[in-house]
Amino acid sequence: MTEDINNPEIPVPEELQGLVSVTSLDKIYNWGRKNSVWPMMFGLACCAIEMICVAASRYDFSRFGMEVMRPTPRQSDLMIVSGTVTKKMIPQIVRLYNQMPEPKYVLAMGACASGGGPFKEGYSVVSGVDKFLPVDVYVPGCPPTPQALLHGLITLQKKIERQSIRKVPWYRKGAAESIPVPILGPDLIDPRDFPTYDQEQQRANVKEKSIES
Amino acid sequence: MGPGVGEESLDMLEERKKTILDEIRAHFDGEILVDEREGHEGFLVAPDRLVEFATAAREELGYDYLSSVTGVDYLPDEKMEVVYHFFRSQGGPALVIKTQTPRGNPSVPSLVPVYPGADFQEREAWDLLGIRFEGHPNLKRILTWEGFYGHPLRKDWHEPYYEEDNKPFKSRWPEGDVIRIEDQIPFHKNVHYPEKFSAETWIPEGDAGLYAGLSRVPEKRSGNGQPLKTDQIVVNLGPQHPSTHGVFRMVVTLDGETIVDLQPVMGYLHRNHEKIAERNTYIMNMPFTDRLDYICSMSNNLGYALAVEKLMGIAVPERAEYIRVMMAELTRIVNHLWAIGFLLNDLGAFFTPALYAINERELVLDVFEAVSGSRMMCNYLRFGGLARDLPDGTFEVIKELVTNRLPRKVEELDLYITSNEIVRARGIGVGVLTREQALAYSAAGPVLRASGVAYDVRRADPYSIYDRFDFDIPVRNNGDVYDRYLIRIDEIWQSLRILEQVIRDIPQGEIQTGKSPYQVRVPRGDSYGRVENPKGELGFYVVSDGKPNPWRYHVRAPSFINLTAMGEMCKGQKIADVVAVLGSIDIVLGETDR
Repeated sequence: MTEDINNPEIPVPEELQGLVSVTSLDKIYNWGRKNSVWPMMFGLACCAIEMICVAASRYDFSRFGMEVMRPTPRQSDLMIVSGTVTKKMIPQIVRLYNQMPEPKYVLAMGACASGGGPFKEGYSVVSGVDKFLPVDVYVPGCPPTPQALLHGLITLQKKIERQSIRKVPWYRKGAAESIPVPILGPDLIDPRDFPTYDQEQQRANVKEKSIES
Repeated sequence: MGPGVGEESLDMLEERKKTILDEIRAHFDGEILVDEREGHEGFLVAPDRLVEFATAAREELGYDYLSSVTGVDYLPDEKMEVVYHFFRSQGGPALVIKTQTPRGNPSVPSLVPVYPGADFQEREAWDLLGIRFEGHPNLKRILTWEGFYGHPLRKDWHEPYYEEDNKPFKSRWPEGDVIRIEDQIPFHKNVHYPEKFSAETWIPEGDAGLYAGLSRVPEKRSGNGQPLKTDQIVVNLGPQHPSTHGVFRMVVTLDGETIVDLQPVMGYLHRNHEKIAERNTYIMNMPFTDRLDYICSMSNNLGYALAVEKLMGIAVPERAEYIRVMMAELTRIVNHLWAIGFLLNDLGAFFTPALYAINERELVLDVFEAVSGSRMMCNYLRFGGLARDLPDGTFEVIKELVTNRLPRKVEELDLYITSNEIVRARGIGVGVLTREQALAYSAAGPVLRASGVAYDVRRADPYSIYDRFDFDIPVRNNGDVYDRYLIRIDEIWQSLRILEQVIRDIPQGEIQTGKSPYQVRVPRGDSYGRVENPKGELGFYVVSDGKPNPWRYHVRAPSFINLTAMGEMCKGQKIADVVAVLGSIDIVLGETDR
C-alpha cells in the first residue's frame, strides 16, 4: 500500500521503507477515503439481491473496505441504487440522498437505475435515477453480475483517487444545495420543472395527439 | 402428465369440470349462466347475486379458499368483468366465477365480508382498473398512490411512452431505423398529467388519509374510573428500512410497545408488469416473469408457461418436464435457504446465518448460470419445453449437490438454528395465524401450511409431473414464526427427496415440442395456470383474444396476498416482533408490487 501513496520524486531511505511515506495531502486523503467507502444498506429490487451476494463471502467487497453497510444515510458515503426507481419511491430516494453527508457518491446499479431498463415504457417507472441524482458510476446489466458490480466499485475508487482537495465542492463556501424532493401528484411532479411546466404540458398534449393520429 | 397434456388427463379434466357443473346447477337452479364464450371457463353471476353465491360456495359447496380476484376490461363490449377463482382446501380444480358490470360505472359488491382474503386484491382491481367494490372497508389505491390520475390497466388508458397497443412496435423496424419514443416525447421525466392541471396550485394529498384510517388506541381508565390521557404513537417502518426486505412500508399504531393496528403500504416497486405484459407478445413476457419473484425466476417461468400451454393445448416432452421439476425444486431450496438466512437476520443474528445460506445458494446459482446463462434471471422455459438442454457436466454437479452437499449443509443449519434458545424465544407463539384465519385471508404456501392446512398445489391440483413423485406435504400446526421457520426446513428436505427421484428417473430425449417459435399462436379463451412457488401459490390468469398479445395478463402473487394477514398476525404483538413476522412471511417486493 505504501507504494501507492508514496511520492516517487522523494526517495525514502531504505531502512525506513515500509515505515515512512512521503506523500501529498491529496493522496493520503483520497487513499483513506477510497478504502473506506461505506455503502448505504439500501435495496430497491432484483439488483439488491446481487448486491447482497457481493457483500457475502464469495465475492466479498469488504476486501475493498466496503463491508460496513449502513442502514442510515447519515453514516454512508455511497448510495448504490440497486434496482428499479419508481415514481412512488423517488421522493424517498431524493430525501435519502439529501440526508447523506458530503462527500457522497451515487452508483446506478443495473439497467433500471441507469435508464429505466426493461420497465422503462411503463407508467410508474422513472427513466433512470440520473433524472434526479448526480450519478458517478453506471453499472450495466440486468442484474449486473457480482463481478460487474465489483468493477463498478473499483471504478468509483479510481474516481475518488483523482479528486483534489482544493477543488472538491464540500470544502467550498456555502452549504451544498439539496435536491428538491419530487411530489406525488396525478403523476410525478418535479419542483424544478415549475417555470417551464405549462409550456411543456401543452407541447406534450400536441405531441400525443400527433402520435395517436 | 400436466394439464392439457395427453388425452387421458384431458378426459379426467373434463369429468372433474362436469362434476362441479352439476353441483353448481343443483344449487342455483337457472340463476347462473355458464360462460360460453369460446375457450372461456366458469360461470357468470349477476353482481347483485354475487355475495349470496359466494357465501353458498363457501358454506355449502366447500370452496373455502379464494385464490384470485382480478378484473378484465372488455373494451369492445363496454364491460368490465371481475373474475374469481375459488378452490377447496381439500384439493381439486377451480370454481371460476365471473361477474360483469357496465364499463361506464363499474361496481360490484365486495367479497371482503365473506372472504377477507379479497381485501388487497379488490383494492388492486380498484386501483388499476377502477372497479368499485361496494362495501369494501378500505377501498384505497394500493399500488399507485392516492391522487394518481386514471386507472392504468384500462385498455384506453395510455402511459406516457405510449406508441401502439401491441408489440412489436412499427417504429422499431422500418429499415432498421429505430425511432425511440422517449426522444419524441418532450417530457424528459416521462410524466403524464390531466388536462388543465396546474402544479403550482395543486395541493398534494399526502398520507393524511392513511393515518386517519388507522384504528385508535382504546381509551384507558385509572383505578377510580377516571379517563387517562393516552397518546397514540404512529411509527413508520420503511420504505427504507433494513428489515423490510426491499421497499415495503408499514404504518403501525402503538400503545406503549404493543401494536394496536398495522397497515401495510406497498407499491414502491410497482413496475407495471401487467400493463407492459399486455403490450408484449406472449413469449416476450417470459423474461418479465423472472423479475417478479427474483429469487425464484425458474418457477415463475413454469407458472407462466403452464398457463399459456393450457390455452394452446400443447404437450411438453418427458425430459423437459423432468428438467422443469428439477429447476423448480432447486429454486425452492434456494428460496428457503435465503428466507431462513434473512429471518435470522431479522431476529438479530445479523448476517452470519445469511452468509451460510448464501454460500449454498451460490452453488445452485452456478447450475442456473450453466443451464441458462444467467445467475438470477434465467428465462429458461419456453412454451412446450425449454430454451436448451443441460450442458455437459451440469447433471453431475446437480447430483453431487442433491445427494451430498445440500443435505449436509441443511442438516448443519438445522442443528445450529432449530434448537437455538433465541430463535425459539422470538419465534414460538409470536405472530400466530390460526387455521381459520389462514384460509380466510387466502394465505398461501409455507404461511398456510404452518397454520395446519395441508394445501400444496403440487398435491391438491397436480401440474407438470408432480403426481409421479413420492413426497410429503409438511404441515405444522401452531401458525407462529417458529413453525413458519420449521416448515421451510421440512420443505427443503422434501424438495431434496423429489430431486433424488428426478435424478434417478430423468430420461434422455427431446427438450422442446417442435421448433421453439418466436411467435406463438394462442387460441381464444382464458386460463389460470398455477404453481406452488416457494412463497405460495403463484397464479397467472391469461385471457387471449386470438391475437399475438394477451388481452389480459394477471399475476396472482403470493407475496402480495400473504400480506393481507399481516395486520392480523401483528395485532397485540410487540413492535420488535413485526420484523420477525414479516421475515417469516418471506416476501419479495418485485412480486408484491409487480
